[in-house]
Amino acid sequence: MTASEKDIPMVQLLSPEGDFSVPSEYAGYAEFIKELREEDFLKFYRDMARIRRFDNEATALQRQGQMGLWVPAVGQEAAQIGSGHAVGPNDHIFPSYREHGVAITHGVDLMSIIKMFRGVNHGGWNPEETRFHLYAIVLGTQVLHATGYAMGLNFDGKVGTGNKDEDLAVITYFGDGSTAEGDVSEAFLFAATHKTPQVFFCQNNQWAISSQVESQTTVPLYLRGDGFGVPGIRVDGNDVLACYAVTKKHMDDARAGLGPSMIEAFTYRMGAHTTSDDPSKYRDETEYEMWKSRDPITRFEKFLRKQGIGDEFFAEVEAAGDQLATEIREATFALQEPSIESMFNHVYSEPHPLITEQLAWLKGYEASMGGHEGAPATEGDVNYGGAR
Amino acid sequence: MAQTAYFDLPDVGEGLTEAEIVSWKVAVGDTVSVNQIIVEIETAKSLVELPCPFAGTVVELLAPEGATVEVGKPIIGVSVEGFTAAMSAGHAPNANSSMHSAVAANANNAVVTEAIQTVADTASTATTEDKPQPNLVGYGAVGQAASRRRPGTSENSAANTISNAGAAASAVTAASTAAVAHAAPVAITTPATDLIATVPNEDTVLAKPPIRKLAKDLKVDITKVRATGLAGEVTREDVMAAATQASVFKNLSTPAPSSEREERIPVKGVRKAIANAMVTSAFTAPHVSIFVDVDATRTMEYVRRLKNSADFAGVKVTPLLIMAKAMIWAVRRNPMVNSSWTDTEIIVRNYVNFGIAAATPRGLIVPNIKDADQMSMLELAKAIEALALTAREGKTTPAEMQNGTITLTNIGVFGVDTGTPILNPGECGIVALGSIRPKPWVVDNEILVRQVTTIGATFDHRVVDGDVASRFVQDVASVIEEPALLLD
Repeated sequence: MTASEKDIPMVQLLSPEGDFSVPSEYAGYAEFIKELREEDFLKFYRDMARIRRFDNEATALQRQGQMGLWVPAVGQEAAQIGSGHAVGPNDHIFPSYREHGVAITHGVDLMSIIKMFRGVNHGGWNPEETRFHLYAIVLGTQVLHATGYAMGLNFDGKVGTGNKDEDLAVITYFGDGSTAEGDVSEAFLFAATHKTPQVFFCQNNQWAISSQVESQTTVPLYLRGDGFGVPGIRVDGNDVLACYAVTKKHMDDARAGLGPSMIEAFTYRMGAHTTSDDPSKYRDETEYEMWKSRDPITRFEKFLRKQGIGDEFFAEVEAAGDQLATEIREATFALQEPSIESMFNHVYSEPHPLITEQLAWLKGYEASMGGHEGAPATEGDVNYGGAR
Repeated sequence: MAQTAYFDLPDVGEGLTEAEIVSWKVAVGDTVSVNQIIVEIETAKSLVELPCPFAGTVVELLAPEGATVEVGKPIIGVSVEGFTAAMSAGHAPNANSSMHSAVAANANNAVVTEAIQTVADTASTATTEDKPQPNLVGYGAVGQAASRRRPGTSENSAANTISNAGAAASAVTAASTAAVAHAAPVAITTPATDLIATVPNEDTVLAKPPIRKLAKDLKVDITKVRATGLAGEVTREDVMAAATQASVFKNLSTPAPSSEREERIPVKGVRKAIANAMVTSAFTAPHVSIFVDVDATRTMEYVRRLKNSADFAGVKVTPLLIMAKAMIWAVRRNPMVNSSWTDTEIIVRNYVNFGIAAATPRGLIVPNIKDADQMSMLELAKAIEALALTAREGKTTPAEMQNGTITLTNIGVFGVDTGTPILNPGECGIVALGSIRPKPWVVDNEILVRQVTTIGATFDHRVVDGDVASRFVQDVASVIEEPALLLD
């Protein structure tokens, strides 16, 4: 940690050695940890380990030609799993494209994500069921979508009614790079002026592809919203408990009608930006080593072991990870190309003459080339929901 | 049943067309597990380690280190137990097929007749496999598809299967035409009917845009290039093989001034090896260089006659051939230039491993022709041609570059008169052949136009003194002036 980093207040409840302690100024956040039971802690660990194993398998599959691209989230598991579990079952989540960890906390089928990066669907999960909206590939756009949705909740009177089961809020995920997009500033402005029920969750993973965060902002990112009227806080993004507690608190406040806020999860992208990127070209190995010592999963394992969780549990999690990897691998190899109908089916809800004509033309064209190799159209093309 | 599964080079970036094999992490016979790192490749974007998609035993490595491989070509064959259809079924649409299998034909029992039957079967299999891939939407008119594809692909794979049938076949994969087949001449042969059926013009030739540009840049007529690609398309290798060395390395155009003030190029690979060799050579062996102008008119006549002779039909004959022959002859008269210094002794080599410096896309390399002194003019001509082709394709092996005894560098192809070459480490002599061109020359006190060249040579002064050096160069020059001396 650099000298300047040390001077910036940051919510941390777990030290890198896995010791739990609550600084007095953050006592309010720690309240949320007291509500957690052992099974919740184990779930946090299971999900983090699961998503990392999945991530590594997906990277390998991309390297084996099974996907056009993969976007690894290695290193950001605590930020994603911690915050994801803090989001209520009916709240809405607007992710960027690296939120695989958040996705599993809301029951998104991991194969849907694989399919998207393979190019056989455009996401394919149903946001109405999972409350986890489709990945936004264009940087920062989802932040405006989230703000619009949150404004809608206001208009519908779903905020601050005093009925905790009825009130709703929105969380949106974006990266340090996206903060430089105009969309994010616009979203801050609308959120503040409309007092939206919304949390801006910024995962500052230190790198926007090859641009360091220092080259994009001279002010810590959690202060970015201040001028717009969106207060912010920095949380240790590699501390799953801090991420959970802070997100829980701010989502509760948003639901209660206290307005938008920003969370900067201070974390690190341990892998490449995508499989098309080679961080060794621009990143210092010593930086990686420093962050490796803060690995969120290792840290939480130390914590759990200090609570008396034994080898048996960790072995079981590892075995489950290998099992998941095998399932993902086999399912990926078994994927079929989508039918050509599938890209026309969802343009309009009802038959449309232009679409019908285009489909007929394409079919004729494919036939002239010796036929399309894709599978016939089935419901399986659109895979809603999935394994929870 | 164990089957051989092939892993095709994937597109690890977004839209990359090729990658270089940097280093293999496994060898034939090794056992590999799923996701074990098997090879490091370098793409236009990055260095990438590839994990193996199968568990099994490595049976083939289909591309050497240093080779540039097109995306979609198989790079490794792994013998896999219980290979399931599912494993070969799913192909990422972007990367087309990234793996496929071939039944390891019970090749040991195969007799010729069976092989021929296999050919027939394979040809039909290959045809089904070869069914047209969907084109880019909206590109190419309906109905044109059939004529755009050159016939001959199935013959290729059939012929290829013949050549492989005895050797636990890579069988159905037409891809192996390029990767495996040094039996390629068979596979490439185009039936005569093909020439009539498709008089190729630039539009009917299948080639990717970068390959078309390469051909244009190298002044290669792409319609005349023999296509060895999977779908009958012209590959990078095809264009390179058709290009002359000079055209590959001449400045093609003057680029616009760079917007960057400085450019930093990492020192690695061949560049690094060249630098190390040059420094080692320049700072261990005291170099002495001498030059002589020579009238090469008769050599040029001799080259012309050889070209026209029936014996040399189809063989490339150039002044470089006569030069090589001249040097070998002069070595016999001055053996010290063909020796090596070791601090304790001088090893005089009574054989000539004749090195030829070759500029390749990867930089300068010096492969040598082993025992060149034992070769006839015709054998030497063929050996030089093969060496140049291998070098240009970037397929020169380390063994082909080791144990050279003397080197010739043909800087004349670049249009310069002479230079002071630096010794190939371990050798005592190197000769540079400059350009040969009409110049005024004094014959019997009259100025005549003659084909004149300059021979430059460098020697290790620890071994070769001025008198020996001068005699050697004079001997070479005398042959260039009068090639009939080679009859000696």
